[in-house]
Amino acid sequence: MRVTVTVNGEQRRADDVWEGESLLFLLRERLGLPGSKNACEQGECGSCTVYLDDVPVCSCLVAAGQVQDREVRTVEGLAEGDRLDPVQEAFVEAGAVQCGFCTPGLVVAAHDLLDRVPRPSDPEIREALAGNLCRCTGYEKILDAVRLAAARR
Amino acid sequence: MRTFAYLSADDVATAVQAISTEPGAKFLGGGTNLVDLMREGVEHPDTVIDITRLPLTGVEELPDGGVRIGALVRNSDLAGDRLIRGRYPMLSQALLTGASAQLRNMATVGGNVLQRTRCAYFYDGTAACNKREPGAGCDAIGGFNRNHAILGTSEDCIATHPSDMCVALAALDAVVEVESVRGKRRIPLVDFHLLPGGTPQVETALEADELITAVELPPSPLAATSRYRKVRDRASYAFALVSVAAALEVADGTVTGVRLALGGVAAKPWRAYEAERVLLGAPATEESFRLAAEAELAPAVGRSQNEFKIELAKRAVVATLRQLLTEGGAA
Ligand SMILES: Cc1cc2nc3c(=O)[nH]c(=O)nc-3n(C[C@H](O)[C@H](O)[C@H](O)COP(=O)(O)OP(=O)(O)OC[C@H]3O[C@@H](n4cnc5c(N)ncnc54)[C@H](O)[C@@H]3O)c2cc1C
Ligand code: SF4
Ligand code: FES
Ligand code: FES
Repeated sequence: MRVTVTVNGEQRRADDVWEGESLLFLLRERLGLPGSKNACEQGECGSCTVYLDDVPVCSCLVAAGQVQDREVRTVEGLAEGDRLDPVQEAFVEAGAVQCGFCTPGLVVAAHDLLDRVPRPSDPEIREALAGNLCRCTGYEKILDAVRLAAARR
Repeated sequence: MRTFAYLSADDVATAVQAISTEPGAKFLGGGTNLVDLMREGVEHPDTVIDITRLPLTGVEELPDGGVRIGALVRNSDLAGDRLIRGRYPMLSQALLTGASAQLRNMATVGGNVLQRTRCAYFYDGTAACNKREPGAGCDAIGGFNRNHAILGTSEDCIATHPSDMCVALAALDAVVEVESVRGKRRIPLVDFHLLPGGTPQVETALEADELITAVELPPSPLAATSRYRKVRDRASYAFALVSVAAALEVADGTVTGVRLALGGVAAKPWRAYEAERVLLGAPATEESFRLAAEAELAPAVGRSQNEFKIELAKRAVVATLRQLLTEGGAA
């Protein structure tokens, strides 16, 4: 099937998409956007988090056909040209990135949180990021990064 | 994943027509359960009918004070809805304790009602599981069953129904509206899910060609002060070991109204009728709460690893009722 979808503000088209493909596969393997990561493919780790029509979802569980005519924003779509989004900057500065596999998903989830709740409390940060697993950092630096990004807004 | 055909329906008539002519078809809501199970090879529909574009996304007030919820309302939208938060806080809380933000943003009400068990053997194609393969046996009974059910089980299956949302719906006397080419019917939520008995593969009263179109909540003044309490291994993002949905009305120290349902412990969302019977008209005391919990859990059967749930469930019931009594419902 053919899928037409707006990705990071640009209309994109992919042909010969298999019905069983996920949005994550479509983004990574067909549209050249490998930012979103594939770690569990079960909705458990959040490393594939992207915005679908402005709400964060696990793209590994979205069937490709479901995004027809809809809008997707990936981690690649957060920076403005060469200027990183404040959330991305904060992750770098706070040392919240180790292997980096969880980072794109966490950045999208944190970006969404700060859009909805500009000054989140620690419990709010923890709850909002509960669906994003990190095996490296122990989460402390990630919390630091979100606090830093919030303080700079 | 096996190959399958993908269709998208824009209206209810098209959706129910399509499934009536495709016996091996399944509806696709948020996909958070179906896509996962298809990838694991547990579900293998020939055709998937995407229903996410159906106009069933409203939460509307009914003339009698009840609320009608469209089957395609997202779990996150329902949890945040003003009517739900004000009139049925236990439902909003139950939804917010489920899964993660990303998953709640995708999951729909209809899909949540029909989500399948998280029993690890059900997911594992190499294990014996009567639900996946009738007659194969049940590896959970002598295996890892810490998360399994203690109420409503059979010797063929001890899996839990994992939904948080449905526990609140059971307590609230929700009614599920379904539609097919043969017409509409209404099924009380407490009758919607079936106990496993000798046929654990038959899970609900829904026919294969029926679409869930809505869930209706009758008016309930009692529910405006209600709570959902979920006990789990982590503070967030884990299925319930035990959960309690409760509403309590007390006048002059006597229980004059009560709604109680349990999650994480039973083969289906478990309305605690026996506990309600004990409580109604009884003094609103810790002692009555304990007696009611004892009565409800009397038929519970523990297995090798989940015996602890029996006492845990009793304590969770008492703690939730005590909190309602002393602090009232959650805002
Ligand atoms: C990592 C993870 C953690 C989770 N944690 C929790 C938790 O803590 N608590 C909890 O309650 N849940 C939890 N869930 C489960 C989640 O709530 C369900 O997966 C979700 O509610 C299913 O909704 P959906 O719309 O995505 O369903 P889908 O996957 O689209 O569908 C599920 C089933 O329902 C059928 N269906 C869907 N809509 C309709 C309809 N309108 N009419 C007829 N049939 C229909 C489909 O054919 C399919 O068989 C978790 C899931 C994951 C992946
Ligand atoms: S408990 Fe039920 S779902 Fe789990 S293995 Fe046994 S039969 Fe299968
Ligand atoms: S890859 Fe999607 S949640 Fe893990
Ligand atoms: S930095 Fe490695 S998983 Fe998070």
